[in-house]
Amino acid sequence: MITSKRKFSMGNLFCYLGLILLGIACVYPALWVVMSSVRPGNALYSETLIPSAFTLEHYRELFDKYPFGQWFLNTFKVAFFTMIFSTVLVTITGYVFSRFRFKGRKKLMLGLLVIGMFPGFMSMIAVYILLMQLQLLDTHLSLILVYSAGAPMGYLYVKSYFDTIPQSLVDAAKIDGAGHLTVFRRIILPLSKPMLVYIALTSFSGGFVDFIFANMVLSTPENQTLAVGLFRIVQGRSATEFTLFAAGCVLVAVPLTLLFVFLQRYLVEGLMAGADKG
Amino acid sequence: MNQHRKWAAVLSLIGMGFGQIYNRQMIKGLMLFIVHLSGIAVTMAAPKAIWGLVTLGEQADHLEKVGKLYVNVRGDHSIFLMIEGIIIILALLIWFAIYIANVKDAYNVGNMREQGLAAPRFSDTLQYLGGVKFPQMIITLPILLVIFFTVMPIFFMILLAFTNYSAPNYLPPAKLVSWIGLEGFKDIFTIKAWNQTFFGVAFWTLVWTICATLTTFAGGFAAALMVQKKGIRFKGFWRTLFIIPYAIPQFISLLIMRNMFNGQFGPINQYLAYFGLGGLPWLTDPFWAKFTVIIVNIWIGFPITMLMVIGILSTISKDLYEAAEIDGATPVQQFGNITFPSVMLSFGPLLVMSFAGNINNFNLIYLLTNGNPANPNYQSAGSTDILITWLYKLTMDSGKYNFASIIGIFIFIIVASFAVTNVRRTKAFKEEDDYR
Repeated sequence: MITSKRKFSMGNLFCYLGLILLGIACVYPALWVVMSSVRPGNALYSETLIPSAFTLEHYRELFDKYPFGQWFLNTFKVAFFTMIFSTVLVTITGYVFSRFRFKGRKKLMLGLLVIGMFPGFMSMIAVYILLMQLQLLDTHLSLILVYSAGAPMGYLYVKSYFDTIPQSLVDAAKIDGAGHLTVFRRIILPLSKPMLVYIALTSFSGGFVDFIFANMVLSTPENQTLAVGLFRIVQGRSATEFTLFAAGCVLVAVPLTLLFVFLQRYLVEGLMAGADKG
Repeated sequence: MNQHRKWAAVLSLIGMGFGQIYNRQMIKGLMLFIVHLSGIAVTMAAPKAIWGLVTLGEQADHLEKVGKLYVNVRGDHSIFLMIEGIIIILALLIWFAIYIANVKDAYNVGNMREQGLAAPRFSDTLQYLGGVKFPQMIITLPILLVIFFTVMPIFFMILLAFTNYSAPNYLPPAKLVSWIGLEGFKDIFTIKAWNQTFFGVAFWTLVWTICATLTTFAGGFAAALMVQKKGIRFKGFWRTLFIIPYAIPQFISLLIMRNMFNGQFGPINQYLAYFGLGGLPWLTDPFWAKFTVIIVNIWIGFPITMLMVIGILSTISKDLYEAAEIDGATPVQQFGNITFPSVMLSFGPLLVMSFAGNINNFNLIYLLTNGNPANPNYQSAGSTDILITWLYKLTMDSGKYNFASIIGIFIFIIVASFAVTNVRRTKAFKEEDDYR
């Protein structure tokens, strides 16, 4: 009995050791960048992790040299509206596929799924020219439009979540005289909160971090988003001004990271709904 | 007996909405007629669109003598012509579909009138659209957006594969692009420099995809088991800690990693030196660069797997383990016979999807190594380039658009066949008329 108990705790000891090592690996890069961002000088190399002197110089430099405040506003604008429109579009698409049977439904479902598999880079050229024709280049509207227009192709996940809501609830409401929109608003949506939070969060962060398409569309510095601005700083001269880049990283990463950590309960539930496809 | 349906159908064939007006459906008729007018504008543009698509332009930018001076005259831009052509044809198709629906509707309402029923009023029509036709109405907007922002670009990309659109000789507006049929496909597979790159990059893409998928799965699974192990405390704390790599925006963490693995000044080699070990050429040697890419991918990818496996683990009944323990099963046996099969049952389809996702894992390669180190045997690709990053370089750096399209089609066929066969088997896709 004693030996078994001892073996048990030995196993746990190794387990704790593994957890601690993994924890260090997860946190270290973030810690390293935060420390680099408050270190004087601009070199990548540093003798120790914790700098011998602290400075906020690099953060000030970011706001002095670049329209960083404006970039923040732009990014939040783009990400926020992308979140709203994407969530609405993907939700109604998923809802229609989940609750209605109509001609061509299966073909449409498969078609949307297949279309979503095309690698996007070549189509970026075509989208660019389409936006040029619509006179939308270098505007935030174009980004919101393009990001949201892609959202319906992610319907499958939403649909499988809606599928789990019992039809009897819907039928009961319909007997009471509720229309399609009422059913959707009063019954389906309140029951789908974890899924909605998950979708909203991922589409928000999608609009937040895109640096390739946004880099192509936004040309004037005042219109850029954080991801584009930071990416251009890196391409320009990251090698010589590493600490400045680190400060930029911290500013960009902190809002999103906090959002993910605080909403992790929904992430777990949301991801689980996705896993429930087997 | 009035032949209402014939008259209504013929009238609405002449002009959208005429049949409806004949049927005393004034508002609907007028609205359809406005659609008809806008359709005329599209039809007027159609001949030029078709000419543009067929010829891809006849005269590029050129110099023309005006008086004594040569001035640059704007010619046809093949790529613009092509895209405008596709847009016009799509718009025409949509308009045509409305036209057919319009004739059908006029016929049906005429039929109702023949049987002595009154034509539905506008409010009835609205009610019908919001009731029986609700799904079709609501899905129209998403579908239209997808058509113009995804389907149109895809048509464009597929068409490009059959042209010679490439630097330096066929780049508009100075030069015209023309159709070359399957010539491009032939070139990429027969010119040695190109097919060497193609097969080399495709092979590494395969290796990368398998390694990346399996390692992140194993890593996430192991992390989940450790966090959920009986007797481990602070489960919430560990889980939050391990979410961090997932929570940091990918493009930031990858740029950070690139600096951490810097061979000269990066902290990783610094620590290795501290322990008396020589530094490794993490990103500069072909083999080690591939190794680094996979390691970093585990770091980025394991949290999602972990979260999902934790979720699955919590659904496994405790009774199973208790029964197994009574039967004297060792922890290893319990894992092999209960935990692993249960997790695989739920996770299997997701594993296939993440396989498909890793084939196109652009960010990781592009931001971490940018495909480097360079490979002298390759055409505009480095040792760690996968197909998708090679495609990007072909378009953005070397302007070989037609080859890039061919590779894009190739990637699509692989990814789509995986995804479709997989998704068709899932519960969400099977005919699920009996709701759970």
